[in-house]
Amino acid sequence: MNMLKIENLHARVEGREILKGLSLSVNAGEVHAIMGPNGAGKSTLGNVLSGRDGYEVTAGSVTYNGIDLLALEPEARAAAGVFLAFQYPVEIPGVNNTYFLRAAFNAQRKARGEKELDSMQFLKLVREKLKVMQISDELLHRAVNEGFSGGEKKRNEIFQMAVLEPQLAILDETDSGLDIDALKHVADGVNALRSPDRAFLMITHYQRLLDYVVPDFVHVLADGRIVESGDKSLALKLEEHGYAGLGEGAPA
Amino acid sequence: MSQPAPLPLVESLLDAPLPVSGIAWLDAARQQNREAFAAGGLPDTRVEAWKYTALRALAQRRFAHGDAAAATRAVDTSTFALPGVEGPRLVFVNGVFRADLSAVDRLPAGLTLQPLSQALRGDAEPLRFVLARPALIGDVREAGDAFARVNAASAVDGVVLRVAANVKVAAPVQLVFVGAAAEVELAWHLRNVIELGEGAELSLVEQHVSGDGPAQLATLVSDIEVRGGARLHHTLLQSVAVGTNLIRRSSVRLHARAHAMLHVLELGGALVRHDLRAELIGDGARFDTRGVFMPHGRQHIDTQLAIRHQALNTASTSNWRGVANDRARGVFRGAIVVAPGADGSDASLSNKNLLLSPGAEIDTKPELEIYADEVKAAHGATVGQLDERSLFYLRSRGIPLAEARALLTAAFCRAVLDDLPNEALREHLSVMLVAQLPNA
Repeated sequence: MNMLKIENLHARVEGREILKGLSLSVNAGEVHAIMGPNGAGKSTLGNVLSGRDGYEVTAGSVTYNGIDLLALEPEARAAAGVFLAFQYPVEIPGVNNTYFLRAAFNAQRKARGEKELDSMQFLKLVREKLKVMQISDELLHRAVNEGFSGGEKKRNEIFQMAVLEPQLAILDETDSGLDIDALKHVADGVNALRSPDRAFLMITHYQRLLDYVVPDFVHVLADGRIVESGDKSLALKLEEHGYAGLGEGAPA
Repeated sequence: MSQPAPLPLVESLLDAPLPVSGIAWLDAARQQNREAFAAGGLPDTRVEAWKYTALRALAQRRFAHGDAAAATRAVDTSTFALPGVEGPRLVFVNGVFRADLSAVDRLPAGLTLQPLSQALRGDAEPLRFVLARPALIGDVREAGDAFARVNAASAVDGVVLRVAANVKVAAPVQLVFVGAAAEVELAWHLRNVIELGEGAELSLVEQHVSGDGPAQLATLVSDIEVRGGARLHHTLLQSVAVGTNLIRRSSVRLHARAHAMLHVLELGGALVRHDLRAELIGDGARFDTRGVFMPHGRQHIDTQLAIRHQALNTASTSNWRGVANDRARGVFRGAIVVAPGADGSDASLSNKNLLLSPGAEIDTKPELEIYADEVKAAHGATVGQLDERSLFYLRSRGIPLAEARALLTAAFCRAVLDDLPNEALREHLSVMLVAQLPNA
């Protein structure tokens, strides 16, 4: 069974059809890159999968570990192991980063019928993850993303992912706005989390992230559909020739 | 043309016998205030300061005057116990001083803390300036002072608190005003006189609590004088039952280099009104207010903040948050005047509001009038809803919707508690805020 099976997905935003029959299968342990030009529907895909309001699915299905993902509230998707690393992480003044993360962690455990961690146990877990992610603990004492640099925000997303340990991680343009050092840090974090039980969907406009996080599959998303799929060499081809002239050889 | 029938509320308040103290100036002042109330009646919404607070429903009620059983009513002291607040305490129940619930033995040197009734039996003369002030009597057509007049005519008790010059009172002083359920709908009134001498320091916690039961109407009028260089930290916590109508006026006067900081939490009540007036009359005086009002159900909470800068280089900051849920209504008016001659003054006012349900309403009105030079001033007010992007962010991490809403709302309010120096109290108030939230 595929971990994620998207079939003929159609979705609208503000009455405009953005996804027009997207199909994709992802298995545990795999890293898939979704590439495509601006406006192709890349971010819409991430938002539909994580359950954001304002995205209307008009046809098709998304099955995650055998269940209908689209029927779940966003918090239930998270508890089931789906994680979206935001393209634009939200600043939440007044909510402490550690407090927020523990609330999220325990809410997920509670939803799964698992035991919640007290603040001491949680802090211990967080310290281990910080070490793996090479992130300073100064981040923990601040409000969620408030006053973070672009790079810090993205690293905070990856750090949250490390703590929440999702099965399916969707990275929405996680490389955008990062300089090369920040990009390497983020990529190291992602690579540290690769495992046979976990799948990644990396949505990106540029090929450069894929130099550091090497995907098993590359898909080209154009005009709301996957128009070409291949291995990592497809990304290099795109880098060379751009997105023009895509679609030959796409499934009809 | 026939006279309109008198309103039941006005009638019942005028029915109360005028208290007799035997002090000529006080009895005369009570009489004059009674007459002014009779002539001026209640304000309607055409009076600017009452534009958003209609008294129609309240005006149809009759309240009995005075509670004969007030001295013996059982009161659960845990309803006003606060962490970080274990100093001297005065407690009033239904407008009557309760020595049995108070803690006034072993007062620190330089602190006077006694019920007004007791102070008047001694040397009443020092209270004359405040209690016989003619300001309320004035123009009978000005109905906006109606409740202050009722209070001046009828209040026989309250707090007299004085801190002698240069005395720093270490433990916070607690003032507790309890409305205990009576057999009838009850009105009661308290008059407070607070003075910090030059260079004095005091931390004051004022609490309003009440039990469920027949409706009540309480009026409280406080005069707070902060002399040169004195520092007052005042925390006001209002969590009365939904049947309690609470109408208060606090007038603060700040002398040269005096500093008062006020934190306010308005959580309960039916109709709640607080007129908070400050006059910065000495050079370099400073007044900081922080407040949260959080009406829910059918509550109506109205804060009228009026600050007058009247001296050189005075400063005020006001940071208020409102959160209204269900069909509740919040009203905030922040009026800052920088009077001629108050050059070099600095005033800022911010009121941000959240509406948690489509039936809730908040009316906010910041006003700034500047008649002086070299003034720095800023004001702003917003009314909005919880940020959808933030809500989704929290939910996408697994936090259920109700919890996410509570988390964001608490964060929105908590900023006003940040600079409350008593840490134990700050934590407690923060928890109270969260407990007030739906589904928290």
